[in-house]
Amino acid sequence: MAIIEVNNLVKHYKKSDTNAVDNISFKVKKGELFAFLGPNGAGKTTTISILTTTLNKTSGTVRVAGHDLDNDEKEVRRNIGIIFQNPSLDKNLSGEENIRFHASLYGVYPFRPSYRMMPQSYKDKVGALADVMDLGEAIYKPVRDYSGGMKRKLEIVRSLIHEPDVLFLDEPTTGLDPLSRRNLWDYLNKVRQDQGTTVFLTTHYLDEAENADRVCIINGGKIVKLGTPDAIKQELLHEYLVLDAKDRTALRRELDSAKLEYEGEGPMRILVNGHNIQNIIKGIKTPLTAVRTHAPTLEEAYLSIVEGD
Amino acid sequence: MLASAILTIAYRDFMKFVRDRTRVMGSLIFPAVFIGVLGGSLQAGLSGSIGYSFITFIFLGMLAQNMFSTAAQGLVSLATERDENFTQELFVAPIPRWSIVLGKIIGESFAAFIQLFGITLLAWLLGAEIFPDKLLLLVPAALLVGLLGGAFGVLVMANIRTQQAASQLFTFVLFPQFFIGGVFTPLKSLPPVLDALSHLAPMRYGVDLMRGIYYAGTPSYEPAVAYSPLVNVAVIVFMFTVMLGLGSYLFARNERNR
Repeated sequence: MAIIEVNNLVKHYKKSDTNAVDNISFKVKKGELFAFLGPNGAGKTTTISILTTTLNKTSGTVRVAGHDLDNDEKEVRRNIGIIFQNPSLDKNLSGEENIRFHASLYGVYPFRPSYRMMPQSYKDKVGALADVMDLGEAIYKPVRDYSGGMKRKLEIVRSLIHEPDVLFLDEPTTGLDPLSRRNLWDYLNKVRQDQGTTVFLTTHYLDEAENADRVCIINGGKIVKLGTPDAIKQELLHEYLVLDAKDRTALRRELDSAKLEYEGEGPMRILVNGHNIQNIIKGIKTPLTAVRTHAPTLEEAYLSIVEGD
Repeated sequence: MLASAILTIAYRDFMKFVRDRTRVMGSLIFPAVFIGVLGGSLQAGLSGSIGYSFITFIFLGMLAQNMFSTAAQGLVSLATERDENFTQELFVAPIPRWSIVLGKIIGESFAAFIQLFGITLLAWLLGAEIFPDKLLLLVPAALLVGLLGGAFGVLVMANIRTQQAASQLFTFVLFPQFFIGGVFTPLKSLPPVLDALSHLAPMRYGVDLMRGIYYAGTPSYEPAVAYSPLVNVAVIVFMFTVMLGLGSYLFARNERNR
């Protein structure tokens, strides 16, 4: 079942000559971790802003969590959680107050002016979330004093308090140190497991996209590739067998006679392309000085898309 | 549920004000200086000729003017919070845009109310006629004037993207209202051109309402008050509804139509 359905979405900013998002269509399945990958200015934030109702589209249709963006915007908003690119916390309030504020806005709990007056179930929930996120007592301190990592954690706790079906994350780990990034992902994965939350992520970190169920690569407002990370890698880049020998002429002659495609004067890169690597090597008599295989990373695939053509 | 959300937003804006010591001090001191300097010097030149206490007259005008201006300028937070990226958290909440704006207006009105204590204390020290029972009657009126100012602020903010532009524009749209709104001069004695302009200034109705309530049943009512409080309340409610509706529509539209 598709939880996000985007058809022929176009966004043309008033002061621009080109479309920031240029007729894109895609679907996200329930429970998926869907990564939107692309360079700066590709249209990632524009797309996520439209999907989260903070920006008007130019044309196209969008359905999120079973509700149409045009007719049922409020229901869309009720069923999504958003982590914006820039932390959208009130720095004058404590972490807990930020959460309480959010909970009242979403109608999860009625508003009470102090923590003490909130129902026990709320207190338990906040306490548990603070522990899971390692915020501890800091959750009762002003957000002004939080580190970047703590702010991100607080935002995630806050965005999940109304139990959204879809969680949108716009470059959530930008500016975080590796340990904070790891912690954040551990927690997000746990949430996905426990609650089946669909995660829509924009990122330019390739290792984050590599863990996604599906990756959508966007460039210049258009979808360039959409598929599982493995499929994208396979389609775009092929595995190489790299061979070298002292007598390169002899090696080349052998490769030619075996009708193997290769590149380079030496070392030679042979496209594996379904060949059995063992058979290739077995057939070669020339003494080899180097044998190694090269498997592509998503990064290479991505760079070849974004820079290439 | 919607009421709870509006209350939440109002409370947050109010708390933000209360926790900002500089703003609290400023809002108590600035009007005090203003009423002290201006009221004192005008009293010296005018008393006797108008037949009622000018300092009381100014005091009532200042109450309304401060509620109106402070609540209006409080809405600059719409721009500040956009810069701090907080606005987006508000605008993705599953509540109508006007309720967000209304919450902010209520919060800023209560924040503006705090400074009335400072003004009242000073006016009393300067010899204004303070009747506690009438002051109590002014409380709901003052809050109503605050709501009017807040709605005016939203309309001003609707087309503005930066905090700097907002501050400049507010000086421009509020300052003339000090004069044509009758804060320092009786509305009844305005020259015809200014009188016509005055009717366009929302602040006028707040000033007149406060005086109408305070002077009710006293000899000062006749020379100092232009319209009955009921008329002023009706105009205020009408203006508030229009400005809130139009302002939040325009603000939300400009926020999303880029």
